[in-house]
Amino acid sequence: MSADHFIEFRNVSFAYGERPILNNISLAIPRGKLVAIMGGSGSGKTTMLRLISGQIRPSAGQVLVDGRDLASMSHAELFEHRRRMGMLFQFGALFTDLSVEDNVAFPIREHTRLPDSMIHDLVIMKLSAVGLRGTQRLMPAELSGGMARRVALARAIALDPQLMLYDEPFTGLDPISLGVIAHLIKKLNDALGTTAIMVTHDVHKSLDIVDYVYFVSNGEIVADGTPEEIRASPSPWVHQFMWGEADGPVHFAYPAGSSLQQDLGLKGSQHD
Amino acid sequence: MTELLLSPLRRLGHTTINAIWRLGFISRFLLAILRYSGQSLLRFNLTIREIYFAGVMSVIIVVVSGLFVGMVLGLQGYNTLSRFGSADALGALVALSLLRELGPVLAALLFSSRAGSAMTAEIGLMKATEQLDAMSVMAVNPIARVVAPRFWAGVISMPILAAMFNVMGIFGGYLIGVVMIGLDSGTFWSQMQNNVDLHYDVINGLIKSLCFGIAVTLIAVFEGYDATPTAAGVSAATTRTVVTSALVILAVDFVLTAFMF
Repeated sequence: MSADHFIEFRNVSFAYGERPILNNISLAIPRGKLVAIMGGSGSGKTTMLRLISGQIRPSAGQVLVDGRDLASMSHAELFEHRRRMGMLFQFGALFTDLSVEDNVAFPIREHTRLPDSMIHDLVIMKLSAVGLRGTQRLMPAELSGGMARRVALARAIALDPQLMLYDEPFTGLDPISLGVIAHLIKKLNDALGTTAIMVTHDVHKSLDIVDYVYFVSNGEIVADGTPEEIRASPSPWVHQFMWGEADGPVHFAYPAGSSLQQDLGLKGSQHD
Repeated sequence: MTELLLSPLRRLGHTTINAIWRLGFISRFLLAILRYSGQSLLRFNLTIREIYFAGVMSVIIVVVSGLFVGMVLGLQGYNTLSRFGSADALGALVALSLLRELGPVLAALLFSSRAGSAMTAEIGLMKATEQLDAMSVMAVNPIARVVAPRFWAGVISMPILAAMFNVMGIFGGYLIGVVMIGLDSGTFWSQMQNNVDLHYDVINGLIKSLCFGIAVTLIAVFEGYDATPTAAGVSAATTRTVVTSALVILAVDFVLTAFMF
């Protein structure tokens, strides 16, 4: 493995029981870069994040983080790896029984012995970085979707992680919140120098901020490149995904196994 | 025809294997809780917080129920005992019924409905909204941080709640027997004092409630942790907590009574 690659997948396959999710995937994510993994729903993107965070282990192949195979790590080593990592969940996953301040302070309190006054200052700084200073005393139920996502982002960066994982950070946001979150992700990546992986299906916003893109479909990488290369790509798959077309290599309709006429009980119908 | 015969057999086999698998899983879950309890109990404020939610918040329902159960015992006990000319023994009847059986069993049933179901729903919703995953990804063990404090809070609260139930029940019996019916107060208390043994009746009753506390809280936290992370899954898990707890309380009560008394 090149020393410049912080994350590397080597021939990784993964299946939930008999259902294959990822099939022989190999990719490398350079240190300090913001990389997007794109693909439709159910294509295996989030599974890749779960493999990197060590929540699941591959059925075959290796996932290397900073040169170390996650499968070879003990429980304690895996937790050590997670301490250097931040993750933004799709809907924030804020602790609903804790205030904004306690949410952001949570990883700091759990992993350091800093005095309360210092933790308070750190929380204010992190909230300020996401533009939410002044919301410390609010409860998660009092926040809008976009604000909750920003609080979750402040919590994810609380310990200045070396690796950031973003799971669908733009889902369900209004255009202003979406733009703010995208700008924050880019700004944090530049300022902290973290390696960041963003799973998303928001093509256009993502191409504006990322350094490299992998397209995943049916558990395989079907295209990859820089945003410029992707925009100029002749791949029909990329074209269909970027322009949201129903016709193309990706089938929109579920394979029903019978025709509509058959399902409606009409005579003289033939199998599709 | 063969399929018709085999289908119920297959279902029976599947149900049996599933039940044994869950029994194994809940045993391993208990071992995991005990393993991480050290970390959890070192930060005892987490357990104190859960004692407040599970124990203190259950005090009202336990105290009020205990009072009414004691009053009913007073009425029914007086009716029956007076037929045999033994109305003086009402104090002993009320106290023994409560200390040995009704106190621990009813307090545990109330606790499982009030606090056990809430624990299952809370942990189940934390799972459904990825809060447990978030904790795990932050290198914080959810069993040590979320499950163990709730488990110990239940185990600690249950005998205290049963004791409160007993006290209020005896007070209810006193209200009916002495204040309302007019039995002699001295006789009421002295009969109780003569017939109740601290070790045999009181301590055994508290041991019972401790066993119920372990069983009910383990079922509650396990069902929450094992819940399917959907609205229907959390709802089903909460129902299972209340139903399974009730059955386990009554079954364990029978076994303990057989050994103790």
